[in-house]
Amino acid sequence: MNGTAKPMTGSDPILEIRDVNKAFGGVQALDRIGFNLENASITGLIGPNGAGKTTLFNVITGMLAPDTGDIRFAGRSIEKLEVHQRVALGIARTFQNVELFESMTVLDNILVGLFTRTRAGMIASMLRLPRTRKEETLARDQAMELLNFVGLQDYAHRKSGDLPFGWQRMLEVARAMAAQPRLLLLDEPAAGLNMAETGHLGELIKEIRSRGITILLVEHDMSLTMSISDHIVVLDQGGKIAEGPPRAVQADEAVMAAYLGKKATPTKD
Amino acid sequence: MNDKYLPAIYTAFALGIAFLGWRIDNAYYLQLLIFIGLNTLLALSLNMLMGYAGQISLGHAAFYGIGAYVTAILTTTYQIPPVLALPAAVGAAMVIAWIVGMPTLRLSGYYLGMGTLGFGMIVHIVLREWSSVTGGASGLVGIPPLSVGPVEFASNKSYFFLVWAVVLAVIIFCRRIIDSRVGRALCAIHDGEKAAAAVGVNTRRLKLQVFVLSAGIAALAGFLYAHLVFFISPGSFGFMASIKIVTMVVIGGMASIWGALFGASLLTLLPEWLHAFSEFEMVVYGLVLMVVMIFMPRGLTRGVVDIYERYRKTHDRQ
Repeated sequence: MNGTAKPMTGSDPILEIRDVNKAFGGVQALDRIGFNLENASITGLIGPNGAGKTTLFNVITGMLAPDTGDIRFAGRSIEKLEVHQRVALGIARTFQNVELFESMTVLDNILVGLFTRTRAGMIASMLRLPRTRKEETLARDQAMELLNFVGLQDYAHRKSGDLPFGWQRMLEVARAMAAQPRLLLLDEPAAGLNMAETGHLGELIKEIRSRGITILLVEHDMSLTMSISDHIVVLDQGGKIAEGPPRAVQADEAVMAAYLGKKATPTKD
Repeated sequence: MNDKYLPAIYTAFALGIAFLGWRIDNAYYLQLLIFIGLNTLLALSLNMLMGYAGQISLGHAAFYGIGAYVTAILTTTYQIPPVLALPAAVGAAMVIAWIVGMPTLRLSGYYLGMGTLGFGMIVHIVLREWSSVTGGASGLVGIPPLSVGPVEFASNKSYFFLVWAVVLAVIIFCRRIIDSRVGRALCAIHDGEKAAAAVGVNTRRLKLQVFVLSAGIAALAGFLYAHLVFFISPGSFGFMASIKIVTMVVIGGMASIWGALFGASLLTLLPEWLHAFSEFEMVVYGLVLMVVMIFMPRGLTRGVVDIYERYRKTHDRQ
């Protein structure tokens, strides 16, 4: 168990997590977590329920402050940045329980996603300045492009809360993409999807990687995670128990033990 | 949404104002319409904050009062022309909103309600007790009529046109904000503040901005009120006044510009219609509000649409 990140080979990592600790009361939710994300790669973050995956997501995006440790994005410490500032810098996420703006249309959801990439303020909007109109037209074009990308272009004016669940997930991915992230964190994107939808999602995630975007994926669907990930990090009870290419991790004894609910020594439970 | 009809709606609205102003000479009716206009401004102001951004304010009459008192003090005690007092009145309310909003808007839900309630009470007490400046409980008299250069808005008719022109302008501005990047972000905060932050919306700053804007509109209404009645006292800006604004927004329909108009109209007209019930007036008033909320829980605007759609559905079946 080594908490500190060891430098990976190849190009500079886009995200460096170093010695991150986070405790809730007496529970150590994150215990000296450290690993790197290589640029334009897909990293699968797996582990049993309660392993600390979502906590780690919240720490990376700034929704939770770690007790100790450092997180560096593109070589720069982001410790002091707020959630929205990290988005502006290029860290976008989706949520485990899909957090859409349900009363708003599909298109408007994406347009909100473009918030950090547009500028019009209250007064400019009130006066509808020429540059505001231009920006609005441009934003709508970009939003439609993103809807095309996830295949929701025909539902742009539907209320997002009325979409079937699987489409809501796609919309949430598109909304996160609207922020033009360099790092995309997906929290169980396949949960609640059927097999066809899951397959489509896998293709979509690979397509996103091919655009040069790094992906950190929390997912319980092992066949999806193992098939698309370049790298796997395994958490258990707040600690990192293994890291490596999918094949190596699948063969790892500690991982098997954690997943089969056994301690280090295999006893039936 | 109905973007392409908006110019037509605005034109119809303007023609409606012109028609009413042209036909109505009765001073009482004009006065009533002016009050509907002022209340519409107040409802619009709170609707931006509550209906769209989802932030409750139970002390909104404070900004209405600040607008009225700043202009009253400047034009009576300091003899400043009303036109120059306008930016001071609106600006003062906005600055105070900014200062108060910084800590208060960190709260949410009931706690924000309590915070704004407390603020409203403080302002009310200051207006009542700071006698040397505000005239205390008896208020300020002798506020001059509004005049812009050679044009004087002394008659009821001219004031009617002025107030409703302002209402139309504010409606257009609010509508534009709602249909913009900022407006969408406000609605997003309403739907889910966490998600809004996660897509990059600076929620704290945006809430503060809309709070300041909202205070400015309320102060504008206060300014117009002061130069309409020439006499103001703290009683008009107390807790009940704040509750009345909230009621107008809720009855009219949250997150609806036209809802503000309907809510303001109903709550202004209802007491007038209910004079017939004499001592039971307040009972019937409360009853009407209850019935509206029971049968149209989403307010008049949505309620009417819902009823129309239900009617059409049963009709289609036949």
